Amino acid sequence: MIKFTGVTRDYPKTGAALKNASFHIKKGEFAFITGHSGAGKSTALRLIYLADRPTEGEVRVSGFATARMAAGDIPRLRRRLGIVFQDFQLLEDRTAEENVAFTLEVTGARRTTIGPRVMRVLTQVGLAGKAGQYPRELSGGEQQRVAIARALVNDPVVLLADEPTGNLDERATRGIFQLLRDINASGTAVLMATHDLDMVRSLPSAHLIELQGGEVVYDSEGDAPAMEETP
Amino acid sequence: MNLVLRETALAFRRAPLLSALSITTIGFSLFVFGLFGLVAVNIERAIGSVAERVEVVAYLKRGTPIETLALAQADIEAFPEVARVEHVTEAQALARARRDLTEFQDIFQDLEVNPLPASFDVRLKPPFRDAAHVAEVARRLQAFAFVDDVRYGQDWVEKLDRLRDIAGAVGSAVGAAFALVAIIIIGTTIRMAVLQRSREIAIMRLVGATDTFIRLPFLVEGLVKGLLGGLVALGLSAGAWALVNQALLRSSFFTPAQAAIGVVAGGLLGLAGSALSVGRHLRSV
Ligand SMILES: Nc1ncnc2c1ncn2[C@@H]1O[C@H](COP(=O)(O)OP(=O)(O)OP(=O)(O)O)[C@@H](O)[C@H]1O
Ligand SMILES: [Mg+2]
Repeated sequence: MIKFTGVTRDYPKTGAALKNASFHIKKGEFAFITGHSGAGKSTALRLIYLADRPTEGEVRVSGFATARMAAGDIPRLRRRLGIVFQDFQLLEDRTAEENVAFTLEVTGARRTTIGPRVMRVLTQVGLAGKAGQYPRELSGGEQQRVAIARALVNDPVVLLADEPTGNLDERATRGIFQLLRDINASGTAVLMATHDLDMVRSLPSAHLIELQGGEVVYDSEGDAPAMEETP
Repeated sequence: MNLVLRETALAFRRAPLLSALSITTIGFSLFVFGLFGLVAVNIERAIGSVAERVEVVAYLKRGTPIETLALAQADIEAFPEVARVEHVTEAQALARARRDLTEFQDIFQDLEVNPLPASFDVRLKPPFRDAAHVAEVARRLQAFAFVDDVRYGQDWVEKLDRLRDIAGAVGSAVGAAFALVAIIIIGTTIRMAVLQRSREIAIMRLVGATDTFIRLPFLVEGLVKGLLGGLVALGLSAGAWALVNQALLRSSFFTPAQAAIGVVAGGLLGLAGSALSVGRHLRSV
């Protein structure tokens, strides 16, 4: 579903953030991208949601060949992805509920469907009782749950999470990790960039990709025959 | 669409002072434009009333048969430039001279033979009352065999032309300058609005809002501000006109159509300003 083939991303000043990287993340998988700071994790994710383009190689996402994609088609791709960041990226002047509804409003969902869909995902992330609270009235873990709800509300095929627990304490981290596993169990693929090795070890069944200086140095499924799949 | 309007209303509610300020500023710059417009309207009217008198007179040879003249008159009336042809007979010319030139009444009174020639007095349609067209009509009249001489106020027709050109040039220059000012003002307020909402825009992009959708509220905001600025300018112009009319001289105001065009132009300037600004600044957030 997400396939990197010989992907290089060169930055003129800092050099290659990603070097000839190839990997394949399949439908419904739970995958980790790990590596030290600066290894290229965020770069890899940015190439998937087209905040960035490869200098070489090909990135295929859910049937879209991103290299030849026109800027006008990017929104269609992004509506199939859910994206979560370390710093939550919530709108401070909107309640939890409004933050989640925002996604549906700006992607043209029918007005009558918005309320129920928002409540469904807020319930899924365990925040139904705090729907009316503003981000500043929520803990870090709760804010990240709102962000995850927002990412889920359009029923994405994959949830991209860039160090989603980076700003959280241990308890909140475990809560969020469990939530991501639950989401994965219900069929959504999860691709998580992290350098939290404890978390990686606690889920040995997950697909693990390790980056070092922009190169893939380990891929737990790398030797498996690459099967073409229909998007 | 609903959402776009809601977002626009929100933009005004979020920064009411800034919105009012930018509308007023746009209003004032369009007002200056409006003042020049009023001057132009009045000059054009004055020119128009003078130009109405633009007349080409073709003096006719004595003894031309009346049937020839009747046919020719119909021909001339069929010229596309011509509004009306008046056949002034020798007797009518004399009567006119007696009436108009009272100082010479005695001379005209004592005449034995009428020295005045008959003529065709040709009036042109409004769009053709300029030097080039007048000369062209005169040339064609001269070509008739029975026409002795053709006269028209070549001098002042040309002066009229020049006056029109100058008024037009000054008007266009001032108009362009203040249109630019309005575009820049709107562009700046839209720029602030874009920066103020940069987080929202970034998130909109991330969740897959289309570019059109992101732009639309800003374009509507620019359009609405331009329209409101246009209305402010119209109000100020009306006030200024009322003052001038009362204190100085009778003058005319914009026709309703001209006023509407002015306000719509304000809206379009607003739209242009925000389109330019939004395109440039969205790329940077
Ligand atoms: N916009 C950019 N311009 C220039 N260089 C960049 C840019 N973005 C990333 N880089 C470089 O690319 C390399 C990889 O960055 P990336 O953000 O992908 O690392 P990361 O693995 O996510 O690190 P961290 O764990 O600190 O988030 C870094 O060396 C960084 O300096
Ligand atoms: Mg990173």
